[in-house]
Amino acid sequence: MNDGILALDAASLAAAVRSGEVTAVEVVETYLAQISVQEPEVGAFLSIDAEAAISAAAALDRARESGEELGPLAGVPVALKDNLCTTGFPTTAASRILEGWIPPYNATVVDRVLAAGGIAIGKTNLDEFAMGSSTENSGYKITRNPHDLDRVPGGSSGGSAAAVVSRMALLALGSDTGGSIRQPASLTGIVGLKPTYGRVSRYGLLAFASSLDQIGPMAATVKDAALMAEVIFGHDPMDATSLAVPVPALVDGIEGGVRSLRIGLVSNLLEVAAPAVAAAVERAAAALAGEGATVETVAIPELSLGLPAYYVVAPAEASSNLARYDGVRYGFRGEGATAEEMMVSSRSEGFGAEVKRRIMLGTYALSAGYYDAFYLRAQRVRSLVRSAFQEAYSRFDLLLSPTSPTTAFKIGERSDDPVEMYRSDVCTIPSNLSGDPAISVPFGKEGGLPIGVQLMGPALAEERLLRAAYALEAGWSGE
Amino acid sequence: MTSGISKADVVHVARLARLRLSSGEIAMYQEQLSRILDLVGEMDDDRLAVMPAMAHTQDLVNVLREDVPRPGLERERLLGSAPDTEGEFFRIPKILGEPE
Amino acid sequence: MGEWEAVIGLEVHTELRTATKLFCGCPNAFGVEPNTSVCPVCLGLPGSLPVLNAKAVELAITVGLALSSRIQPSQFHRKNYFYPDMPKDYQISQYDVPVNAGGAVALRSGKVVGIVRAHLEEDTGKLVHRGGGGRIGGAEYSLIDYNRSGVPLLEIVSEPEISSAEEAKEYVSELRAILVATGASDGRMEEGSLRVDANVSVRPSGSAELRTRVEIKNVNSLRSLGRAIGYEIERQIAVYEGGGSILQQTRHFDEASGETLPLRAKEEANDYRYFPEPDLPPISPLPAEVERIASELPLLPAGRRSRLFELVEGASPDQVEVAIAEEVWPYVTASIDFGVAPELVLARAANELVALIGDAGLLTPLRFAEVVALEERFSPSQVKLLLKGAVGFDGTVEELVARVGLSSSGAEDARAMIKEVVEANPEEWGRFVAGDAKVGGFLLGQVMRKFGRAISGAQARAALDELASGAAGE
Repeated sequence: MNDGILALDAASLAAAVRSGEVTAVEVVETYLAQISVQEPEVGAFLSIDAEAAISAAAALDRARESGEELGPLAGVPVALKDNLCTTGFPTTAASRILEGWIPPYNATVVDRVLAAGGIAIGKTNLDEFAMGSSTENSGYKITRNPHDLDRVPGGSSGGSAAAVVSRMALLALGSDTGGSIRQPASLTGIVGLKPTYGRVSRYGLLAFASSLDQIGPMAATVKDAALMAEVIFGHDPMDATSLAVPVPALVDGIEGGVRSLRIGLVSNLLEVAAPAVAAAVERAAAALAGEGATVETVAIPELSLGLPAYYVVAPAEASSNLARYDGVRYGFRGEGATAEEMMVSSRSEGFGAEVKRRIMLGTYALSAGYYDAFYLRAQRVRSLVRSAFQEAYSRFDLLLSPTSPTTAFKIGERSDDPVEMYRSDVCTIPSNLSGDPAISVPFGKEGGLPIGVQLMGPALAEERLLRAAYALEAGWSGE
Repeated sequence: MTSGISKADVVHVARLARLRLSSGEIAMYQEQLSRILDLVGEMDDDRLAVMPAMAHTQDLVNVLREDVPRPGLERERLLGSAPDTEGEFFRIPKILGEPE
Repeated sequence: MGEWEAVIGLEVHTELRTATKLFCGCPNAFGVEPNTSVCPVCLGLPGSLPVLNAKAVELAITVGLALSSRIQPSQFHRKNYFYPDMPKDYQISQYDVPVNAGGAVALRSGKVVGIVRAHLEEDTGKLVHRGGGGRIGGAEYSLIDYNRSGVPLLEIVSEPEISSAEEAKEYVSELRAILVATGASDGRMEEGSLRVDANVSVRPSGSAELRTRVEIKNVNSLRSLGRAIGYEIERQIAVYEGGGSILQQTRHFDEASGETLPLRAKEEANDYRYFPEPDLPPISPLPAEVERIASELPLLPAGRRSRLFELVEGASPDQVEVAIAEEVWPYVTASIDFGVAPELVLARAANELVALIGDAGLLTPLRFAEVVALEERFSPSQVKLLLKGAVGFDGTVEELVARVGLSSSGAEDARAMIKEVVEANPEEWGRFVAGDAKVGGFLLGQVMRKFGRAISGAQARAALDELASGAAGE
């Protein structure tokens, strides 16, 4: 039965649990067994609570036996990025400054997953406060890419990606500020969706850059990602930037195909990619054309301005968002004779190097005399990027590009050079700046390492994105 | 735009951000921040002057909450996760140091 | 002193009278148990997000309209600085686009003080210092209560157009009256719901220069405000006359010594790194909404004042000030609307009502009006008795009159009337008590003239004799 359970996708597994064909407890035990084998090598999780998962599963089974209707994720093991507040697990954002902190409330997305019958199996590793592209910046551990344990899984949602691809969870939640869902999805060979800004409540997400952060699903298949998206999408009165728009059916029409869709292949993003990645994207374009889409090449040079703008906006907002970690109310407290000295010690000892680097950069960019040159200018770039996208979307339904310029790199390979690491976000950042949705889908491999391609769409076009992503997934043999 | 950042800038910014840096860290951040600022200096386009500053990606406006009380947190629970407390309060070291 | 003049600008922070805090549903409560009116949002817990209170915006606009400000689209910004009473280590405030821009407050003296802006922001928690006498200076450690964190504040910034301590007090008292009249604030300085910071500088009289200014923080009564500003003006003049110069600094007022003293905190050039609050979309008041609020604006102190001076030529300014006070005004308007002579209303409000106002809940404005209207029938002293009797009485006016003993003239009330007359005629009373019976006729005549319809001659005679025997026995 165990192999059977592991072979099921989320919708089938939930259906089997709902019908009683398998019990949620059997599912959870199967996944826990998988974790006991995989986790020592991969290191995807910061915390796992087997007992709580089994008792939650048992409660679901009892509810089903008593005639209750179970939700769309009934019994599905879900991994949660450790920057989402959970009352049942510590929430650290992989930072020492929050070691052991257990929030008194659940993030809205966590409540939605649990209400849908999902089983929270554990909290996954990330770059500290989601700042990074490799999960090497975690304050606790390194997560390895299951395809090659010497390589990174990408980041910052590297733990969630690694958990899904090694089948330690069937679904995962990540967060994406500059590509943190899509890039690890690309590097591990899974599907990662960054929804339209405002589609998913940020309430309970430990903020990195508030105007860019968005929570999204990570899954083995496009359909699973769509199922998770249906569960977590929707207005939340606790988040003033949450959109009060209806949630479309995402799973039902997913097989609708791409016939007559106009797709733009973004040539200037193709140019920055390694040859194997560029070749995969071109094959993806051909596959879409083969399915009846119209594919044309388009240059959108403005998108390359996104990278520098991002490295102003994100650190600036982060410098403010991370001010509250001062040792006064929760988390780590350092020594100090005065409150001021205590705050300085707490922050200096509690934050890692990358977080400090970005706080410094953001503080500088906002400080007197530099605001106009940096922050204000970056906001103007956001307008420029958005208007460039709008122009492109007047001619194309979707845009196609690489997700990451390269496949997974070696652990330690880029950790000495922050700028080089930053440059690898060039393809994913523009959609965060404009607030539009984008998805990464596996489409090819190079030397045993997965390659993801990115589809980008206009605001609220997730249904179209998922439909095209599904067509791509079907069009790739897996070799 | 060339954007070197001075050692004094690094020290000032660290002070604003309540971070204590060793001299090695100061040198490292001076070098790295300068290079990042070079990257940031790539924000260059003639059209920027006429672009509005975009603070939000959405066109939302007047997102308001009714003035209706909701239950909050139990004091014990929130004090329970504090590094130091006394009675019903959070406790911190004194605000002012000894006069110099 | 004649050669210097003061330039004063005031920043008044007022807590808004909402049911909940500015960005969360925690009760906006004063005086509750420490750290009980808190939630993830006002504690700034990781992951929490602010959602703006509609009522706070409405009250801000109400005040803006009352100050003749321009109500404009606005945006919240983050003001970044570290302090342990501020849970996020930034304050959500308004910066370059406040909800209210411009405006003015007209003082009683006729002077008009310009308003720069009135903007919304969140309050901080409260620090309690332990050891060293509870003062920040010698404290051993500090405690924090976050109940006040996130309470809505409106910061009203005046132009530097105030030129004396007295005028500063007048400005704050007028502004306070406006805030109370609009229902935006309870105006209680002693509870900290109204706090004033003063920016003070001096310059040679008649000059237009603006010299270095000193900010005096957190003065907690009108009297202290006057003393603090007065001291600071003298101090600055003395410094300049001694050839010195003024440092730009923040000082606090020491109640005990009456001096302003520099804050000993490290002086750090303020660099608040303002940027637009990404968690909060902008506010853009709908014209219809602003019109509705404007139409519901109550008559403000200045309007109340001019209405009374119109009604009563040569009215006593002191009586008028009493009458327009927030707690008195409903009684005044009710009585005037009831048809009582305005002069009479002013007098009764200033003299009798204020003494009863502590029991105001037990005396409705309409009942006050009904009783004051009886002054056509009864003497002032009887009306005063009736007013006292009316507190907590919910029968009809005639029942009240009966209860007080003025219709059936119960013996007790007869005594009160006699007493009033004898107090007015002490010489005659002394002779009567001493045994001069003839004077009794005079006194009875006075009683009948004064209370004629309310008492019979026999009742008056009996009461007079009773009172005289009591007095003789002393």
